[in-house]
Amino acid sequence: MMGNESSSFRKHHNQQKMKTTEFSSSSSSPSDRRIGAVLRHLTAGADFPISDRLSSVFASPTSGVTGNSVFAHLVQAPEDPILGVTVAYNKDPSPIKLNLGVGAYRTEEGKPLVLNVVRKAEQQLISDRSRIKEYLPIVGLVEFNKLSAKLILGADSPAISENRVTTVECLSGTGSLRVGGEFLAKHYHQKTIYITQPTWGNHPKIFTLAGLSVKTYRYYDPSTRGLNFQGLLEDLGAAPPGSIVLLHACAHNPTGVDPTIQQWEQIRKLIRSKGLMPFFDSAYQGFASGSLNTDAKPIRMFVADGGECLVAQSYAKNMGLYGERVGALSIVCKSADVAGRVESQLKLVIRPMYSSPPIHGASIVAVILRDRNLFNEWTLELKAMADRIISMRKQLFEALRARGTPGDWSHIIKQIGMFTFTGLNPAQVSFMTKEYHIYMTSDGFTFPTFEIV
Amino acid sequence: MAMATTIRNAASRRAMSPISVDFSLRSMSSWWKNVEPAPKDPILGVTEAFLADPSPEKVNVGVGAYRDDNGKPVVLECVREAERRIAGSSFMEYLPMGGSVKMVEETLKLAYGDNSEFIKDKRIAAVQSLSGTGACRLFADFQKRFCPGSQIYIPVPTWSNHHNIWRDAQVPQKTYHYYHPETKGLDFSGLMDDVKNAPEGSFFLLHACAHNPTGVDPTDEQWREISQLFKAKKHFAFFDMAYQGFASGDPARDAKSIRIFLEDGHHIGISQSYAKNMGLYGQRVGCLSVLCEDEKQAVTVKSQLQQLARPMYSNPPLHGAHIVSTILGDPELKSLWLKEVKIMADRIIGMRTTLKESLEKLGSPLSWEHVTKQIGMFCYSGLTPEQVDRLTSEYHIYMTRNGRISMAGVTTGNVGYLANAIHEVTKSSS
Repeated sequence: MMGNESSSFRKHHNQQKMKTTEFSSSSSSPSDRRIGAVLRHLTAGADFPISDRLSSVFASPTSGVTGNSVFAHLVQAPEDPILGVTVAYNKDPSPIKLNLGVGAYRTEEGKPLVLNVVRKAEQQLISDRSRIKEYLPIVGLVEFNKLSAKLILGADSPAISENRVTTVECLSGTGSLRVGGEFLAKHYHQKTIYITQPTWGNHPKIFTLAGLSVKTYRYYDPSTRGLNFQGLLEDLGAAPPGSIVLLHACAHNPTGVDPTIQQWEQIRKLIRSKGLMPFFDSAYQGFASGSLNTDAKPIRMFVADGGECLVAQSYAKNMGLYGERVGALSIVCKSADVAGRVESQLKLVIRPMYSSPPIHGASIVAVILRDRNLFNEWTLELKAMADRIISMRKQLFEALRARGTPGDWSHIIKQIGMFTFTGLNPAQVSFMTKEYHIYMTSDGFTFPTFEIV
Repeated sequence: MAMATTIRNAASRRAMSPISVDFSLRSMSSWWKNVEPAPKDPILGVTEAFLADPSPEKVNVGVGAYRDDNGKPVVLECVREAERRIAGSSFMEYLPMGGSVKMVEETLKLAYGDNSEFIKDKRIAAVQSLSGTGACRLFADFQKRFCPGSQIYIPVPTWSNHHNIWRDAQVPQKTYHYYHPETKGLDFSGLMDDVKNAPEGSFFLLHACAHNPTGVDPTDEQWREISQLFKAKKHFAFFDMAYQGFASGDPARDAKSIRIFLEDGHHIGISQSYAKNMGLYGQRVGCLSVLCEDEKQAVTVKSQLQQLARPMYSNPPLHGAHIVSTILGDPELKSLWLKEVKIMADRIIGMRTTLKESLEKLGSPLSWEHVTKQIGMFCYSGLTPEQVDRLTSEYHIYMTRNGRISMAGVTTGNVGYLANAIHEVTKSSS
């Protein structure tokens, strides 16, 4: 690459040298006057002849068309391992292709889905002519924030009634994690976050760019395709006091393996006894079991003990609002006074990132959550999505068993949520893509909402 | 004083109630007990204070959001129509990391020209961004990652959030002369000296048009000189264009500074925002572009910009981008938009004239020429912080303490009151 650049540069350079530009202060051409002005500025104090100065204007590499870009040294970034799967899928012309990559719900027909309640909310927003699109406050849509806190913590949560929770609207789960991470990097005394092994591919990047250092704790046990509970307890037990711990509230991404309630209680005790800071990623509330309350239980257990925690919420999947980027970060604090100060500092993180969050998606959520009928309708649609996924798990499991496929595939029905950690290795995944046009991430997770014949 | 008290009261509204804690955790205090309360944002804090003021005479000339002549926020007709077409008609799938391709294409045409060779040659790396803030932040992060030794030169004064953005990106900042308080115009020789004295290859932040907060723009001739000096010094020009169309009423005219730099061969970066010129404030729609040597490099740079967006928000929001591409992709809607932008710009230009004439009629001892010479949404009035405080406490007029008046908040209904108040607090100045 360097060779090509310098030869094209030389070509331009030689062309420039051959240009003759007569220049004098008596010339009336605007460009000559501009050059004159430039040279006057460069001249002050200089004592070399004008022609040299002139050649220094034209002949040197500049940021202009004759010169190299300041970014010439960049190499192309690799495709995102998850979103890149969809890019590859889209390029494939095969009529039988299947996209089991990105975590976006699909109907029986393989189509994306917009929930009925969302369509209704959209209509409500459109027909309200008094609605304006001014800047939201830095913390976002206040009503949305309150409703989101209630949704995840429970309407009767003492933390809420005691005003100990600050909630800020963020750009879906990613944005909530990033804002939380940057806040921790600025204001928390421990700059290390422990994430599960494995975890969503974007987690390490989010926290690294937020300014934290990232370590892992054991989570998935390949031999059982279940939870490595001992390893988890050991690793968290060995973490320095105060360390931040990222917890998947439910439907662990990418493994689908969740702790039982009893295991969650042990995890809670350990985290509190070591003074670790829990940071929940809740991207699938309602999507995992079909029940909003059940899927929020682990978080509520932690809040019930009076301790502090962070919670990142996403409405991408459970309300199908993927592209609208709707989410919320809640920080549960010891007191209302602390929560107020924390909120003021969150604003200082958000303002230089994007000033204030987008209004549309949050408005849709608020319309749905505040209206009892729409809320109930939503819970039914949510359960239907979760049930379809659970049913597909059963069907995939049965189909593999019927074919006498070697191996134990029971993990498909034991795991929960959108993803199944199939246990396929990168070579097998690659084979499935090449031969069958089936796309999934090469760490072997797939997404069982398709009818597989 | 009144404003500070109002702010304090607003902040302490949360009541403390008894805390019930699990006794095993009672001994632990909050992890956040050492967190200081953050200062209010100097711009957005003004609107908060305004909202808390019960006076019926209050006037908000603080934040830069357009108001019609009744002082009401405006949703453009072209936007309402676009939303009608969009509602119920599309899925809400994730956009690509780089955002809506269609929206970015249309947006580049606005900045680089409909028939830009750079667009044809695919030399522009461009991604949808979270309005202007998001574009500046992405660029600052990009600059930090790939030119780690570089600094950013920022004009004095500038939009206060510019400092926050490059600071959080950990790019060291320097300043360059821009505003001339004596003339309330451009300090051109100061600017050129600073450009000349900066180390070769420095990064400069330029306001493409309608400088915020001063409203003072270089002339075309001055832009040309700046461009030539930039060339000689091999500086990188990053344009923040938040007001295209809003300054003169003509988007092509308002992009002149950028076009001059492009003609002169610079590889520039641009932040574009639809917050004001399409009234899409809360939708957070914008675009970051970087002009590269060739298509290959543009692909490379774009891929790296996406790598910065992914751990910040994964992909940008859909709705605002959909509105933009619906409007700009339909000749009728686009033409309606251009008309509506001109109406907004013309109203502001009209209010500038009225304000200046009103102050002159009141017999003000000061010159108010700058009110009509400055351009765009803001007027850098020259009022001192003390005079601004008086305007707030005595007249319930809210603006930022640097004396920046958002002309968009001035109406035929309040311009007389505003002129009178300004006259009262300045008439004893020499």
